[in-house]
Amino acid sequence: MTQSVVVQVGQCGNQIGCRFWDLALREHAHVNKRGLYDEALSSFFRNLCNDTTGSKLCAQRILKQNICAVLTLTYLNPQAVLVDMEEGVVNEILQGPLREVFDSGQLLTDVSGSGNNWAVGHMTYGSAYREQIVDKLRKAAEHCDCLQCFFLIHSMGGGTGSGLGTRVLGLLEEEFPEVCRIVTSIYPSAEDDVITSPYNSVLAMSALTEHADCVLPVENQSLVDIVNKINRMSHSGKLGSVIKTDSTVISGQGGVSGAEKPFDAMNNIVANLLLNITSSARFEGSLNMDLNEIAMNLVPFPHLHYLVPSLTPLYPLADVSVPTRRLDQMFSDAFSKDHQLIRGNPKHSLYLACALMLRGNVQMSDLRRNIERLKLSLPFVSWNQEGWKTSLCSVPPVGHSQFLLALANNTCVKATFMELRERFTKLYRKKAHLHHYLHVEGMEQNTFSEAISSLSSLIEEYNHLDGTKGRVMPDAHRLSIAR
Amino acid sequence: MSVVTVQLGQCGNQVGHELFDIICSDAHEPQRKEYRSASCERFFHHTAHGDLEARAVLVDMESKVINRSMSKAAKSGRWRYGESSHFSQKQGSGNNWANGFCVHGPRHREAVEELVRREVERCDRLAGLMAMMSVAGGTGSGVGTYVTQCLREIYPKSFIVNHLTWPYGTGEVIVQNYNSVLSLAHLYQLSDAILVHENDTVHKICSQLLNLRDISFSDINSIIAQQLGGVLQPALTTDSYGVYSRNPLGELLSALTCHPEYKLLSVSTVPQMPSASVAYSTFSWPGMLKHLRQMLISNTKMEEGIDWQVRPPSGSERTRSVTGVGFNTSLANLLILRGKDVYSAETGGFEDPALYTSWLSPHTAFNLWKSPVPFKYEKSATLVSNSQALLRPLDNMVGKAWNMFASKAYVHQYIKFGFTEEDFLDSFTSLEQVISSYSQLC
Repeated sequence: MTQSVVVQVGQCGNQIGCRFWDLALREHAHVNKRGLYDEALSSFFRNLCNDTTGSKLCAQRILKQNICAVLTLTYLNPQAVLVDMEEGVVNEILQGPLREVFDSGQLLTDVSGSGNNWAVGHMTYGSAYREQIVDKLRKAAEHCDCLQCFFLIHSMGGGTGSGLGTRVLGLLEEEFPEVCRIVTSIYPSAEDDVITSPYNSVLAMSALTEHADCVLPVENQSLVDIVNKINRMSHSGKLGSVIKTDSTVISGQGGVSGAEKPFDAMNNIVANLLLNITSSARFEGSLNMDLNEIAMNLVPFPHLHYLVPSLTPLYPLADVSVPTRRLDQMFSDAFSKDHQLIRGNPKHSLYLACALMLRGNVQMSDLRRNIERLKLSLPFVSWNQEGWKTSLCSVPPVGHSQFLLALANNTCVKATFMELRERFTKLYRKKAHLHHYLHVEGMEQNTFSEAISSLSSLIEEYNHLDGTKGRVMPDAHRLSIAR
Repeated sequence: MSVVTVQLGQCGNQVGHELFDIICSDAHEPQRKEYRSASCERFFHHTAHGDLEARAVLVDMESKVINRSMSKAAKSGRWRYGESSHFSQKQGSGNNWANGFCVHGPRHREAVEELVRREVERCDRLAGLMAMMSVAGGTGSGVGTYVTQCLREIYPKSFIVNHLTWPYGTGEVIVQNYNSVLSLAHLYQLSDAILVHENDTVHKICSQLLNLRDISFSDINSIIAQQLGGVLQPALTTDSYGVYSRNPLGELLSALTCHPEYKLLSVSTVPQMPSASVAYSTFSWPGMLKHLRQMLISNTKMEEGIDWQVRPPSGSERTRSVTGVGFNTSLANLLILRGKDVYSAETGGFEDPALYTSWLSPHTAFNLWKSPVPFKYEKSATLVSNSQALLRPLDNMVGKAWNMFASKAYVHQYIKFGFTEEDFLDSFTSLEQVISSYSQLC
């Protein structure tokens, strides 16, 4: 069994991270009724209890406590490093019910924040805290028997998540070149209240393109749309569409934190993305997908590693009739815009590769039937017409009987990037707010021009592939053999 | 003589386990003592306590599958794997052939070689080595190829046979065609014969002949193991004078691989049916052999949807090098009959010169083994064929991989582990050579 370490940076990263830990504990408590520390737990949690008899009791207590949310969590320690340059969010965690699971050695905070400035996060704090961050990452890695993957969670728009987050990504590559780096990045909405968010995002993008193995882009606006849709459904009260309220996507109830805070609903959705992408690493299944297989199968060219996630079903209906139709519907939904975590239309763009990660009661034959059915309507690049990777995990998420996470390497991400470039150019043309960045030591104007040209060449790569779409591509001439 | 099996990767370890289980549960009747002891000598040895222990080495880069296979074997109570004849690590090869071949293989070379050496030393006489793996993933294909290469170095004079499972056309691993091309190209230089099972074909057997609905990998694996058992269990060869052959791999190779350019073997068997139907079926040699012969010449791998229109070309057609439409030319065939009345079975249909290349007489190209001991069914026939049967799937595989390579897609993932584009080109070249040789058989 391999282990992973979660690195959560900035306000957004820490909020999502904590939703993830909360939901992960709940999921394990749900499956692991006896409350023993097991292999499934070991991929993300460390057992602090050394003697075996003790560890049984401890894990038992912890998981029980997780359900009742009363007592303290003393013996399970999430493999995580929490970094923020202000104290608010991390303090909130330390006052909340998850306080006992984290160790102060895993935390790193400052007081003044990065002022929504990528350069402050990346250069100033990045240099000041470099040693401390590396030290904490090494400690986390030392606790792992066989470290396979780092999950970095951050947002693109602000200063800390975006600037320091991408600095941490670079450090991970330097220190642990063999360990896979999967980054979850939250992209700002167009009407974001941070005026410099286009700068921050574009500067962060160039680091993501260079140093990540996979990036799971999530747009804030898509999260808002999904939450609105769920709210509409749960208040419509239509017959046959009554929603179960205790499922994992829409509710954090049953976790250790009780009351829900604003953004919790949105953060929950991203936490669920992480929960599902790691499910195959945590639980058994007849067709496992190792975390290092994700990049291997889905990333045909080094820079094109932005994978569009979609989750389905977003809400399980309370009514349980017509299961096969519902199952097929789930597969169809995964390829519709409504269930995607970024906007953009995959069916009008080009698929380079696609992974279907299934959980719960799904058979190999369901999978094959649905791929056969769906592939007719999905444009795949000429040299990867059969670019499907699949996995089956036997444990479904809490409150669901089946669940599907699709990761598509699709050229539709281009739209998000182009929009971002446009907003960047609008500011940059007038040199607006530039001086805030150029004040920062280590920051130069060509950092900007390099970042924007890196983004442009990324978009160009997607354009190039899009250009092959619809054209009949002749098979490449085979090697001929002298006879 | 004994065979040492090396099970590599998830697929190799699952199929291997099924194979030993089938062999062990075969022929327990007291009057079959001679057959059974010949079979045991091949695949098992007795421990000091009298238990049966498989002559096998289990290798994988993660421990889950090995642990499951070992405990399943131990639970059967009939046989088990040697307690220390397995090697595993914690992290898989991530579907990357280069990771397996260039990194994991060399890193664990000594440990694996030592396990094989111990198993070989336990044999009174070594009949050869059999390496079992799939070609789609990273460990079976990459580490498997590397281990085969090491075995070839240490045992230059021994027979080495590879059993390969070819992946489904879609859905398992996106880079499977690369991994398959790299494995096959390397193994073709190392191995004495490559015995192939295609998942798609076996899947069809499960759904159409066995009427299984939700087909799992364990269903697929047990069909493969059943067919392999039909090939590897003891049988009487024409010149063995009533004694079970003592040299299973050697006999197999001398029957089928007469030329180093041709070493791809495929297997088909009749009958295959749900066990519930067996009681209501009658088996007759003429009927079964008629079907099997047509399956061979029309290249159908199962006893359904056989194209009865396909005929061997007549003498004049042959010279025109274009063989009949859909006709499958053989280089060599080995027919193994097991069960009741084997000695009365008429196999003349397989000795027709029109089935074979012009440069080999049917007398050399066709071999027949028989055993009066029934294997699963009252009567059963297994045909191992060195023919054009695998030409089309091989050509498809190389074509798809080449298309991907022309766009340089995924190549960086291999280069990361020290493989180069020239290495890719070499592999493509050597498989194009194989394709060209097989397509020119006439």
